[in-house]
Amino acid sequence: MAERRWQWFHRLASPPGFYRVSGRWLPWLAGTSLALLAVGVVWGLLYAPPDARQGNSYRIIFLHVPASFLALAGYYVMAAAGAIHLIWRVKLADVVMSAAAPLGAALTFLALFSGSLWGKPTWGTYWVWDARITSMLVLLFLYLGVVTLRQAYASRETAGRACAVLALVGTVNIPIIYKSVDWWYSLHQPATIRLTAAPSMHPDMFQPLVVMILAFYLFYAWVLVLNVRAEILVRERRAGWVRDLAGEGESE
Amino acid sequence: MRSPNPEPEALPSLATGFAALLRRDLLLAWRRRGEAANPLWFFAMITALVPLAVGPEPALLARLAPGMVWILALLGTMLAADSLFREDYVDGALEQLVLSPQPLWVLVLARVTAHWLVTGVPITLASPLLAGWLALPAGGVPMLVAGLALGTLTFCLFAAVGGALTVALGAGNVLRPLLVLPLYVPVLIFGTAAVARALEGGDGSAPLALLGAITAVTLAIAPVAAAAALRVGIDG
Repeated sequence: MAERRWQWFHRLASPPGFYRVSGRWLPWLAGTSLALLAVGVVWGLLYAPPDARQGNSYRIIFLHVPASFLALAGYYVMAAAGAIHLIWRVKLADVVMSAAAPLGAALTFLALFSGSLWGKPTWGTYWVWDARITSMLVLLFLYLGVVTLRQAYASRETAGRACAVLALVGTVNIPIIYKSVDWWYSLHQPATIRLTAAPSMHPDMFQPLVVMILAFYLFYAWVLVLNVRAEILVRERRAGWVRDLAGEGESE
Repeated sequence: MRSPNPEPEALPSLATGFAALLRRDLLLAWRRRGEAANPLWFFAMITALVPLAVGPEPALLARLAPGMVWILALLGTMLAADSLFREDYVDGALEQLVLSPQPLWVLVLARVTAHWLVTGVPITLASPLLAGWLALPAGGVPMLVAGLALGTLTFCLFAAVGGALTVALGAGNVLRPLLVLPLYVPVLIFGTAAVARALEGGDGSAPLALLGAITAVTLAIAPVAAAAALRVGIDG
């Protein structure tokens, strides 16, 4: 009984099993994320009202805020996958982790870059040592550490476990880093307008933002699954099932 | 002749294992005193470069002093941390440590303690002198010393994680700082803030207490993480 209950898990956690099952998810993930992205972009960029003080430049938040959300969430996806790999030696978890690291780094960079573009018309400069910006920068460094460490090891198995340890140490420290940077900023608060905290956002702006956040989550899941599938094929390229798959592709 | 089923020998206790490794490391450091002084030299020489780079006005130097001394202490401990595990890895002693009956994290803690006593403590003790070179007012010195004592220990603990993660890599000495430097951010923030508060005539004990809390958390997790990373490096 207990064995049967876990069968689905073992099937999903084995690379070929995941490859088969995830193939069925792809159209759904692609369809919903692209549809929501289209709705959110058109709604946010064309129909949402301009901001009273910032005019149209505020519209970058429809890209910036979802990217920042996922940059942080992506670290936890990566660290959780690393922990699963480290503790239970689930091979698939390591594949997820190796796919999540560059993806998270890219999203963090996107958040920093879009924030910096927004800063130019708003603050008059591309870079301000603001608490959130600084925390995101440290997060980017943490991501790059994991990416670099994986590349440095020749053995994939060793690299996966070493990266998992590093990601877990980072997980413990991220809240401390965030709190300390907030505290540091409150000491040195310069005389700039703080527009990052928007306590009462108008619903007309808030609703498209929620759509965009949802769209980004789905898009992240889609891209993550695509990357995991590609990495599975690379790692299992000598396995029979991948050869069969490639053989079928050629005959068609 | 050995009996086929020898009586199990009494294993050395945790404290014995800790003390034995600490003693060995301190003895090795003592026999290579010149090398052990290098971080301190580095710390002093870079401090002397600061006035040359930014100018000798005491007001400007005093403004920069807390942050500069902290960053240089960070670099000084970082420079020395490459020797934490690498030599033992190369000559095979590290595998003996991994195989020893004591939990590996206890031995990592002993290694880090020895490393801190050899690098962190001298840097802490030298800091009032070097802060004086940078014209730091005397009011900031007690907080600087107290903060550095805690901060260098935290730096050494994180450096052990980085050193363990990169021990099996040839190019590790370049990668290791990149892995752990982001983790140093809170220590640097609270350490410099304690000095800054004391200089303003306030009480720096709140940031110092937060720094102590970070040191305590790091003391709990870093040896375990470093031990896990060492096992990965040895297996791989």
